[in-house]
Amino acid sequence: MDDILNAGVLFANFVLVPGISYGSQLALCALGLTIIFGILRFANFAHGDVMAFGTMVTIFATWLLQDLDFTIGPLPTALIAMPAGIAAAIGICLLTDRCVYRFHRRKRSPAIMFVIASFGVMLVMNGLVRMVIGTKDRSFGDGARFILKVREFKDATGLQEGLAIKVSQGLTVAVTCFAGALLFWFLQHARTGKAMRAWSDNEDLALLSGVSPERVVMVAWLISATLATVAGTLYGLDKSFRPYTYFNLLLPTFAAAIVGGIGHPLGAVVGGYVVAFSEIALTYAYRKFLIYLAPEGWQPEGLVQVLATEYKFAVSFIILIVVLLIRPTGIFRGKVI
Amino acid sequence: MRVLVGEDMAGGYGGADILHGCTIRVEAGEIVVIVGPNGAGKSTAMRAIFGMIDLNRGRVMLDDENITGLSMRERVRRGMAFVPQTANVFAGMTVRENLEMGAFLRRDDTSATLAEVLELFPVLKDKLRQPAGELSGGQRQQVAVARALMTEPDVLMLDEPTAGVSPIVMDDLFDRIIGIRASGVAVLMVEQNAAQALAVADRGYVLVTGENRHTAGGRELLADENVRRSFLGG
Amino acid sequence: MMSTRGMLCLSAMALLLAITGLGQSWVVALSILNLCLISAVMALGLNMQWGYAGLFNVGVMGFAALGGIAATLVSVAPVDAAWDVAGADLAWTGITVAGVVLAVILVRRLMNPGRWRVAATAAVLLAGWGALNRYFDPAVEAIESVDPARTGYLGGLDLPIVLGWPAGGLVAAAAAWLIARVALGLRADYLAIATLGIAEMVIAVIKNEDWLTRGVRSVTGLDRPVPYEVGLQRSPRFQELAAFLGTDIQTASTIAVKLCYAGLFTAVLAGLLVLAEKALHSPWGRMMRAIRDNETSAAAMGKDIKARHLEIFVLGAAVIGVAGAMLTTLEGQFTPGSYQPLRFTFLIWVMVIIGGSGNNWGAVLGGFLVWFVWIEAEPAGLWLATNLVAVTGEGSILADYILDGAPYMRVLVMGLILLLVLRFAPGGVLPAQPRGPSRARRSGSPFKVGRSW
Repeated sequence: MDDILNAGVLFANFVLVPGISYGSQLALCALGLTIIFGILRFANFAHGDVMAFGTMVTIFATWLLQDLDFTIGPLPTALIAMPAGIAAAIGICLLTDRCVYRFHRRKRSPAIMFVIASFGVMLVMNGLVRMVIGTKDRSFGDGARFILKVREFKDATGLQEGLAIKVSQGLTVAVTCFAGALLFWFLQHARTGKAMRAWSDNEDLALLSGVSPERVVMVAWLISATLATVAGTLYGLDKSFRPYTYFNLLLPTFAAAIVGGIGHPLGAVVGGYVVAFSEIALTYAYRKFLIYLAPEGWQPEGLVQVLATEYKFAVSFIILIVVLLIRPTGIFRGKVI
Repeated sequence: MRVLVGEDMAGGYGGADILHGCTIRVEAGEIVVIVGPNGAGKSTAMRAIFGMIDLNRGRVMLDDENITGLSMRERVRRGMAFVPQTANVFAGMTVRENLEMGAFLRRDDTSATLAEVLELFPVLKDKLRQPAGELSGGQRQQVAVARALMTEPDVLMLDEPTAGVSPIVMDDLFDRIIGIRASGVAVLMVEQNAAQALAVADRGYVLVTGENRHTAGGRELLADENVRRSFLGG
Repeated sequence: MMSTRGMLCLSAMALLLAITGLGQSWVVALSILNLCLISAVMALGLNMQWGYAGLFNVGVMGFAALGGIAATLVSVAPVDAAWDVAGADLAWTGITVAGVVLAVILVRRLMNPGRWRVAATAAVLLAGWGALNRYFDPAVEAIESVDPARTGYLGGLDLPIVLGWPAGGLVAAAAAWLIARVALGLRADYLAIATLGIAEMVIAVIKNEDWLTRGVRSVTGLDRPVPYEVGLQRSPRFQELAAFLGTDIQTASTIAVKLCYAGLFTAVLAGLLVLAEKALHSPWGRMMRAIRDNETSAAAMGKDIKARHLEIFVLGAAVIGVAGAMLTTLEGQFTPGSYQPLRFTFLIWVMVIIGGSGNNWGAVLGGFLVWFVWIEAEPAGLWLATNLVAVTGEGSILADYILDGAPYMRVLVMGLILLLVLRFAPGGVLPAQPRGPSRARRSGSPFKVGRSW
């Protein structure tokens, strides 16, 4: 019995908890991406760099607040610094929309021109972030580190395996639930939210109904930039901030959005968890886990790992390809064509 | 609104002009029908009135106001409503949400209008929570028209409302359109099924190659030997 | 053929390089030139895919890396010790893989589609995976433990590295064929995302399969297709030549080596360019453009669009692979860590867009121009930063920031240039022949055309 419990705790500690936390972060990223896709109808390659930008500003604000000794007890200071990052990310998104995308929108350029333009925006933001904050690892977490420590858990339960939950992980889940609920409420019930759904559903008819395109586009950027900054900050608190990592999050983010059905908000959330759990579950070495469960003499010799940890990104890619082959519209039948 | 006129309109979709100076006039409480052979610019003329294409010449007047340069949004505000021929519902949204989107620009209470519209299209009463994309073709067409009516427009513009629906549904739709006129809304429509449309029309325009060819009351046009022979198949 | 405008632009480019030669040094100018030539080949390859056919490949990095690793493996000597210790296991691995593939094919042939077939396929794959671990893991371990400081991999074929260039093209083409079977036919941005993933995957494999590629420890000291500087310096005839030219022998030998490379690369570029121009203006090229401009009507005329797209995707990837092989040859080593999407994918995109999509000369010019700016923006950025620091005063936090950030300014500059070109000269510096109106119009229904919002 203890063996089964130990195996369960082991699994929870190394797969379940990190999976939920990483999945929430990916879900937020993918939501931001999918909103832009639903409204402006292009795959925004600059999304990773918007995240990096917003997080960067959050970090600066955090440092400033820490200097002023303005902290909020056990919670990370970044939480109250986030509005600054969000504002900056919104600002830069609206600026690029004004200077770049609006031109192509008015010209009715094909979607592909928007994607190429987003390459340009990506390069600009990428250069900007690296110029300002550099390429090194930055950690900006403070406050308490753990909600639940391995030792405490072991003492309390008497099990051999421990379970740890970081503050950043708990925070990630809480913030994701809050932001997600708010977004879905907005899309279902608010006037502008409905207009956005209508626009995403049928652009021409929304126009005929009197929906103002510029406003819908603006709100889409607002939401996307906010979610990107929140996701980026949570990711940075959980792991650490490095511009390159954020650029690399683009692939799992795309995978999450497409798996769920691109342009479909609920799909993005589900997709985020699917991709995160696949990544972690496929690269976890199940040796110890199986040792607990397997009968005497049947214990595995190797690591029992499906894929080496280095192939983490390959997992999102494989999921992506499988979905594109089997069901290109994704789980929730998002937009294709 | 008393009168909506597209005067001497010329224009097209960026390439060669499709309209070469045609005039369409709708007055309050009328059903006006535009008919003509394929490629005559019937739909284009109606789109031009609604501001979906730029005019090279001519103007659109709503009562005494020149609305040629106004955006579609402003035209909706001024009491114009348009139902496109295809993709005319929000397929992923419920019927109720479709109707709410119709009233998007209205800030006042729309429940009375909703009740009126549902009175006109009673079938939709049971379908309010269903996604519009799951409805049958005829019901979808009803949702499309109902959505447009939610703004309480003065003039309703229909682009081939009966295209692709069965004859029974078609008769039903024409009945509704007469009902709409009875409620005081002017109707401007482009119709393939010219005979049936002209039969209910107060006035008909026959367009050929982007120009007015014949203009008269609906029944007069139906009776006109020339028109019958050339456009109505005898 | 090249237009007057193209001639003018390329002359201006030559002038820029000459100025660099006179102003900085000829060694620098020639280094830039060599990489310009390679970039031009890469841009040519991408231009085939994007410019001729409208295929959205964001996996340039992957194909270049495949070309590079192919060239590496063609040229290095085999590690006999590794083959000795792991040969048998590797043979078994090969047999297992072949067996599994065969079994899967059999299962899918013999059984009717349905749940049982899926289960059987899964069972075969699982069994195969188990068997594979039995042979493959020990083989990998054995190979990697053979003198890990120097080898630790299987080595290659010990052939001249120039043979690695076509090999690089072939390997990249083969990979492209596989990918195209899966990803072509998706909407354009999906293809972009899929290829982005493929490139990451290729790099991940190269980095982690040490037994094959030596992974992040990288393979260094590749053979050269051109003489070594030291050899030249020892040769009496070269000494005479240097004396005659009045330069010191060190510089002269460096320049000579670089010129040799430049000669080789120019030959490849010229060859590819001639072929590309011929192809673009052949009936095949016209068909490609017809498909790009209006797929529907081309399909209606009976063109097999998927097959044509497959063709062009594979061809373009092959050209990129050759360029990757050339790059590895020039550097004399293969370092997987240096393959980053910014440098190898997006920069090439900037080259094609700026040069002029669909125009071969444009791609070449874009390759030259963008690489030149990319390299020269770094010293320019530093110079700017130093001057700024002079204003702000040294040692301040601000000054440190500016100096640290200067190298990344070129990324920003590239992005800005791309955005400006897209906006003000969407055809690029050397636009292709004007396209029909169909391309712009196709995007929207006639309903949407006209007044914009």
